[in-house]
Amino acid sequence: MDNNSPELDTIFLAFADSTRRAVLRRLGDGPASVSDLAAPFDMALPPFMKHIRTLENAGLITTEKVGRVRTCELNPEKYAAVEDWLKEQRQQWASRYRKLDQLLKQLKEKDK
Amino acid sequence: MKPDLHFSFQTDMQSNRLTIRREFDAPKDLVWDCYTKAELLDQWFAPEPFTAKTKSMAFEEGGHWHFAMVDPDGNEHWVRFDYKSITPKDGYRAQDAFSDANGSINRDMPVSTWDVTFEDASPRTLVQINSTYETPEALQEVIDMGMKEGMEATLSGLDRLLAKLS
Repeated sequence: MDNNSPELDTIFLAFADSTRRAVLRRLGDGPASVSDLAAPFDMALPPFMKHIRTLENAGLITTEKVGRVRTCELNPEKYAAVEDWLKEQRQQWASRYRKLDQLLKQLKEKDK
Repeated sequence: MKPDLHFSFQTDMQSNRLTIRREFDAPKDLVWDCYTKAELLDQWFAPEPFTAKTKSMAFEEGGHWHFAMVDPDGNEHWVRFDYKSITPKDGYRAQDAFSDANGSINRDMPVSTWDVTFEDASPRTLVQINSTYETPEALQEVIDMGMKEGMEATLSGLDRLLAKLS
């Protein structure tokens, strides 16, 4: 991945909103039309479409218009970038804490 | 070491927060010392392959810990923790920032606030760290940097391997 990762910026902004996260969760169950996705939200269509576009620009979803219906689908590859970072963080903490386990063990033995 | 020590790592994107919870097989006093004394912090605080090296430490409200994460090539990445509030043996709040070798905070880099709590779960101790960034943008920046550093660490590891092989 590119070092500056502009892609990741848009991905994280896309995640940083509860409506967009709900849409992503819903799309986890399979493709859906914009009107189906909008139904649970008390929101006019134009602002809802803005959320859809943010998700699309981040590459998290793809959309396709057939006739008058626009269908959205999840793009699972894009999740990988965020997941990689979180995995890395988790590993760093696990690594630190393995060292701390060792240190605590030594200190306890010294105390005896 | 017991294999069943609880460890959880969670992200709350909405509040730009990472939560790390971990159990330790030691009494609270000892765990507290490991988090608050420089000579002990130096022995564990940097994840592999880094080592931590303290330049100065004043664990008191208004004081700070200034240290470097040193990579295997000897490159120093300076960090400064400013202690905002301390409740002895129970927890502390600190600001985590990047700095230079003189201890000046780099204001261009994202800063996070750490809330650390220590809970007696006799004979174990449960430690929770909440690391909160001010904005989603700040969290993104850290992620971008982390990815860059990860890449550099991988590349320098490759350099060493190649040097060994040639």
